Order: sequence, then C-alpha cells, then structure tokens
Amino acid sequence: MKNDIYGDAFSPDNDIMNGHPHIGGDIEPEAVSDYHKTMNPIFRQLDHVGHTHADGTHCSGGTCKKDSTAMNRTALNTESINEKIVENAIMRAIFPNDEHRRRFISKVGKTAAASIVATFFPMDTAKSLAQEPVKNIEKKDLSIGFIPITCATPIIMAEPLGFYQKYGLNATVRRASGWSMVRDWAINKEVDAAHMLSPMPLSISLGAGSKQVPFFMPAVENINGQAITLANKHKNVKGPQDMKGFKFCVPFDYSMHNYLLRYYLAEGGLHPDKDVQIRVVPPPEMVANLKAGNVDGYLAPDPFNQRAVYENVGFIFKLTKEIWDGHPCCAFAVSKEFTTSYPNTFLALFKSIVDATHYSAVKSNRKEIAKAIAPKNYLNQPVTVLEQVLTGRYPDGLGNIMDVPDRIDFDPFPWHSMAMWILTQMKRWNHVEGDFDYDKVAKEVYLAAQCDDLIEELGYKKNGVTKKKHIIMGKEFDPKEPEKYLKSFPINNL
Amino acid sequence: MIENVRIRGGILTVCLAFAFVIIWHGLTLEPKFISKGLSEKELLTMEFNGDIIRDDNDVYYYNPDKPRGIPGPKKVFDKTIEEFSGAFEIRGTNDHGVAYLIWYTVKRFAAGFVCASIIAIILGVMIGLSKVTFFALNPFIQVLKPISPLAWMPLLLYSVKDPTYTAILVVFMASLWPTVANTAFGVNSIKIDYLRVASLMEMSRFRLLYKVILPAAAPTIIAGLRISFGSALVAVVPAEMLLGELGIGYLSWMEWNNLDISGIIFAIMMVGIVGVILDSLFNLLAKVFSYPET
Repeated sequence: MKNDIYGDAFSPDNDIMNGHPHIGGDIEPEAVSDYHKTMNPIFRQLDHVGHTHADGTHCSGGTCKKDSTAMNRTALNTESINEKIVENAIMRAIFPNDEHRRRFISKVGKTAAASIVATFFPMDTAKSLAQEPVKNIEKKDLSIGFIPITCATPIIMAEPLGFYQKYGLNATVRRASGWSMVRDWAINKEVDAAHMLSPMPLSISLGAGSKQVPFFMPAVENINGQAITLANKHKNVKGPQDMKGFKFCVPFDYSMHNYLLRYYLAEGGLHPDKDVQIRVVPPPEMVANLKAGNVDGYLAPDPFNQRAVYENVGFIFKLTKEIWDGHPCCAFAVSKEFTTSYPNTFLALFKSIVDATHYSAVKSNRKEIAKAIAPKNYLNQPVTVLEQVLTGRYPDGLGNIMDVPDRIDFDPFPWHSMAMWILTQMKRWNHVEGDFDYDKVAKEVYLAAQCDDLIEELGYKKNGVTKKKHIIMGKEFDPKEPEKYLKSFPINNL
Repeated sequence: MIENVRIRGGILTVCLAFAFVIIWHGLTLEPKFISKGLSEKELLTMEFNGDIIRDDNDVYYYNPDKPRGIPGPKKVFDKTIEEFSGAFEIRGTNDHGVAYLIWYTVKRFAAGFVCASIIAIILGVMIGLSKVTFFALNPFIQVLKPISPLAWMPLLLYSVKDPTYTAILVVFMASLWPTVANTAFGVNSIKIDYLRVASLMEMSRFRLLYKVILPAAAPTIIAGLRISFGSALVAVVPAEMLLGELGIGYLSWMEWNNLDISGIIFAIMMVGIVGVILDSLFNLLAKVFSYPET
C-alpha cells in the first residue's frame, strides 16, 4: 500500500534534519518581530494547505500582502497546492516536533523559512517527485458513482478541478438517483468506485440488506454537514418530546442519518420504530415531500436542508454537529476485488481522493468549490444554496442568519472506532443479524492504516492511532467496550 | 367541403392554443414585491436567502431566477429556448443535450419494442396454430399480461446486472404479452374455410403462413401491437427515472430534483414529442405488417 517513491526522504530518521535541528535559533529575533506580528495568522495555518485565517475569514486586507507567494495561490491551481504540500511535508520532516517547527517559522517568516530550508534540501526535486503520478496504472478510464449531495464534494469536484487527472486517471463521475442504485452499480461493477454512506461498506460486507460482497472504505469524505429539517408548521417544536407521531425521512436504512436520528429520538425517550415513522426517501425527493406536507421533517444531507429554507418550506432545527461533533457521513468505497485486480489504479484513486478531501477542508476554497459542483452535470443546484452550505453562513429559516464555519467539514481519516460505533447501532436497531467481532469487521472494511500513510505522504498530520473515544450527545463511546455500550441503551430493538 | 372542414379545424386549434396560453399567463402572473412593513433585518434575510434582489437604487424585486409556484408561459418558453440552444452539446457524463436524450429514449424504446414484437408474433403464431396449445397456454398469458412492466424491473436488474439492458428489457416485457395474446387469438380464430381452401391448393406450410394465416390474423395482430405500443411508451419513462439511464424520463426526474418547475414542464412536453416521433414510426411499421384486404 505504501508508496515509497519519496517516503524515505520525509521519515523522521533522515540525516538532513539531524544536522540542523535548531537552525531558526541563529536568526536575530528583533529583525523579524514586526513581520512576525502581521503574519501570525498565516503561520498558524501552515499546518494546513491554503490560506485561511484562524477565524475562517478570507484574507483580503493589506496585512497579508507581504507574503505574496502564499497569497496569490488561486484556489484552482492544484499544482501550487501540491508544492505547498511538499514544503509542508519537508518542514515536518525537519522539525518533527510541532513546537520547534512553529517557533522556527514564526521567527523567520514562512517564505524565509522555505528558502532557508531550500538551501540545504533540494526542494524542487522533492516537489517534482511528489507530483509524479503513480506508475503502471492498469486502468485509466474510471467511472465513479455519486449521489448529488454536498457530502460527495471531494469525489465530485475532483473531476472539474482536475484531481483525478493529477494522479494520471481519466475518471468521470456518474450520478445515481438513490443509495440502492449506487449500491447495485458498485456490486455489479457498473462503476469502479462509489460514493457511499459510511455504514454501507460495513452492511454490504456483512451482507445486511444486500448480497454479501467484501467492500473497503478507504476514506471518509465529510464530517458533520447534515441537519434535522422540520416543516414550517413545527416552528414551536423544542425537542424529541414534541415529535411524537412525526413522519421522518432518512436517505437510506444503513445511513448515519438514520442512526443519528434514531439516537437523537431515543435519547429524548421516543422509540424510533414505535413512536414515530421513519421512511427511506432518496435525498433529492425530500424537499418535494416536505413541500407537499407528506412528512414532518427529515434528517438529510445538504443541500436539501438548506434547499428547504431556500424554498421557504422548512427550517433547520438542528445541525448533526450538535448531536455528534465530527461524525462521519459519506465515504469513498471500492470493492475488495477492484483493489486486488487494479492495485496501482486504486492507489492513484485513493491518493486523489485524500488530496481532494484535504483541499475541500480549506474554508477559503469553499466558494470556488460551490461554483464547480453546482452545474447540471454534478449537483444541479443553485450556487447560493451550495455556498451557504459550504461556507456555513446561512439563513436558518427562522429569520436568523447563522455563522457556523464547520457546519460541514472534510476529513478523510476512517477511524475504526467510528465503524465500531456504527456497528453497535446496527445491532441496536436489529439492522444486522448474528454476532460479529466489532474490531475485526472495522479493521477489515475501514482502511485506516493505509489512509494514514497517504495522509502523511501528502504532507498532512498523521493520526497515528485508529481508535479514539467519541462523545455523542454528551455520552461517551469507548471502542474498548462496544458490547457494554450497546447494553447501556434502554430503548432498543435487541 | 373536406378542405373547408380542415381549415376551420385548424383555425380552431390555433385559437384554443392561444386561449390556453393567455389563461396560463393570467393565472401565473406574479405580484410585485412590496417592501413596506418589513424590517431591515427581514429584508436582508430574504435577500440572503435569494427571495428578493436589490437594484442600484436599493429597490427590492422578487428574484426572477427563483421559482414561486407554477411558472408562466414566458419562463417555460425561455427554458425551451435555452435547452434547444444546447441540444447537440455533451457537457459532461450526466448532462447531455436534449437531442441526445430524445435519441437515447427512442433508441431504447425501439430496441425493446421491435425485439418484443418479433418474438411475440412468432410465439403467438406457434401458440395459435394448435387449438390444444392455445387453450393450454392461454391462462398463463392472461396472468402475465396485466403485470406492470415495472414490477419486473428489480428481478431483471438482479439477474441481468446491467441497467442499460434492464431498461430495454422493461420495454420488452411491456410490449410482449398483449401482442402474444392477440396474435394467438387472431391465428386461432381464422375461419376454418380459409385453411380448407389452402389445403385443397396443397400449399407449403411456409406459403400457408404468409399467404393465409398472417394476412387473416393481421387486424388482430396490429391491434395487439397498438396495445403493446401504448404500454411500452408508459414504461420507458419511469424505467429511465428508476434506473438513472440518460433519456427523456431522466430529464424530468433531474429537473424535479432541482425543483425547477419550468424544466419539469419542458420535460413533459418532450415526452409528448417523443410519443409523436414513436407513433409515426409505429405507423410505418404497421404499414409493413398490414395486408390489403381483397
């Protein structure tokens, strides 16, 4: 899995860094202190590709103009992003300790830091190495299935913004109208890879709700980014206690939407199969259903929450971020067979997805992305709505303009603990039969270790571990004891 | 006299169309936006939500790009012009010009319908030729005939594993049974005198089929084909919607996803146009199969 073209150059035990661990210390602090003050917001952002200030705003004032190389990078220029990634990676290799690196950069300035490093490290060679696509790609023409929602942003925008091309692939994205269609396309090899909901590769691998085919989930697409939308007539609803008898829609049985909505209702004392009705409706049809009064609300992917506000038929009741901050939602999935038949193709595809996902994570790129994915060929939605979703500045339908920059965010790392949480919920609601080893299934389906390698290779911060504790509505999930967690819920279908 | 009637009918058609557009326009007239009584904050929220737009003099108008209710004829006309101007463009995997979409639907329909008709007529003749097989198999046909062709779709998709062929097979299933039933019935109820005369003339089986049986059964076969044609036309649009295959049905589904009502109306008109195209093709086919009665 690990591509070793330039992996060694960046490993922590490389000679180069040992010789110059504290190069920044020789520079006169006073000479750069003014520069330091004005540029500080950028330094904090060096950990991330792109140029956004810590508060998430665009950089437009005069304060940042000094650092013109960092500033002039247009959002669409993927080559310069790549260069930034490499610079970043080298910096990290030289200063594995975050504290040291930040101190060094903040003392000398970002551009100066890069040029100092360049004097003893062949930066240009490293950059060209990193841009070298994966060799011996077995299959260049790929088709990737997607559902027209903002969760699929990295997969979709990778086509118009050239991320697939960058890694030597000629991939096109093919729109499906519902999750079962995407599932069937993926199983029947109608598409080579697919945008799926993060529980789907687990359910398909377990043979729940479909025939059993081993699937991999190499990367998560988005975290957060969903919401509970209610019809305008329910403006006085305060919580689950007011929702008895409601009709809700979710996009698919095996979806985070279904499990989060069930969790939310059950925490409020409602049994999701007895006190309310939950139906599966393809996302694009939800707004029309809400408009027609067929349903009271839904927990759905965007843009359909924002679209309900745009159409003046509903309001955003609760962002899923408020239920579980950082929950996974949609994912990139391939069959096990694809990875074994076309290993190099898979690697190139995996890289382009991880790269595109990180690009989407940069908030200053979001407006550009909204424009790129709005046309009929992709989402077929008004740009206004997509911008509101992606930038997190949106009207909530109750007369307020909200500002939630991380309303939707993008992070490719597929935590095993996330898979385990999903498995507990699948069991809780009797969506899967029989017993299984949580740890084993999670490891088999979610390619966390491989993803972490690529994350590091592309110059981002490695996670190192694949499991962590998650907090969902104030309740902790400990991946060490999934069964105990499962037993702790009074409302269930066990 | 006949000419006169036609001209009068034509004039009436134009008048009716005109009246329809006038009434449509009248019913969908949009009120002017009145900003009186709304606070600055409310106006800003509405502007941010794209409901209203502001001109250079800070006067608010309804946003013409955002539909409110059923669109008027002008909007649908604009949409039609827009779609036709890009009719022959392919703008991406999921966005082909409307001419391509019409072509895909006609192609899909024709493939399914022609295959089904050929097989159905052969099958129908075989069943109808012998009284015993006719009575033995008729109950099965009667059970299979009323099944909605879309009901077959999940099973077909599961076994064929290819949405392109599944869509064609749905059309195939829709057009198979009515033709089989009618052909079998038509062949079965040929006047016994015809066959006696044929046997007196010592005709070969092949000649018998072509010169006697098919001509005699032709009216019922054509009637069966017409029923098949109607049900296949009904099936092709939802099959495209459900399978996500590019075509006119897909166009209407896609416009619905975007809640673009003028787009939906445009797509409905296109379904009508496809119907006219296919109907004229059918009439050509019917001419080939019909025998002049002498």
